[in-house]
Amino acid sequence: MLHTVNKSPFESASLKVCLGLAKPGSDILLIEDGIYGALAGTIHTAMLAEATSAISVYALGPDLKARGLPEDRLIPGIKVVGYDGFVELACANDKVQSWL
Amino acid sequence: MKLAVMVNEGPYTHQASDTAYNFIVAALAAGHEIFRVFFYHDGVNNGTRLSTPPQDDRHIVNRWSELSKAHDLDLVVCVAAAQRRGIVDPDEAKRNGKDSDNIAPGFRISGLGQLIEAGIQADRLLVFGD
Repeated sequence: MLHTVNKSPFESASLKVCLGLAKPGSDILLIEDGIYGALAGTIHTAMLAEATSAISVYALGPDLKARGLPEDRLIPGIKVVGYDGFVELACANDKVQSWL
Repeated sequence: MKLAVMVNEGPYTHQASDTAYNFIVAALAAGHEIFRVFFYHDGVNNGTRLSTPPQDDRHIVNRWSELSKAHDLDLVVCVAAAQRRGIVDPDEAKRNGKDSDNIAPGFRISGLGQLIEAGIQADRLLVFGD
């Protein structure tokens, strides 16, 4: 299953709840303000960094750019994709769950 | 692949209308079919042709209309959500005694059954909202 998270972990618990329920082998795509969850060196970094062993985590590149965040600020292991990658992830997974 | 999209947030609110639009453009470019775009809750505000953003800003409503025309997209606005928010087509205007309609080209007003059908017919349903 593909999970999309569009809220910053600094404003919402949706990333935390998503990580608590996502099964190993699933994909998580951080979009919109959700990309703040991909940042290294924050109080929320540990929960996502721990999850990357069992779950593939992606961040939407255009949303990183729109917020002025270079890719080298991300937690290692998080892959950056464009909208084409978003479409590929949606098709590669049997379901898409949006955490709004 | 057959994809359906649901938009639950109004234009110029956060980012859902833009993300949904960009996703659909990328999906069409990759050769996928967009079965339907269903606008629900404040998402129905994507369908008013009276929207007039500043000229140097993106025109979210026109962008939907143009995409619909180019790719024969089915843009469906939920009737109950639309009535609450004053999104009206000619039939609804007549039925409710309104002096005007405001539905944008390419959009049509229908019911939740259209969302259920999209969920059944499409291979994936993606939800964009706040």
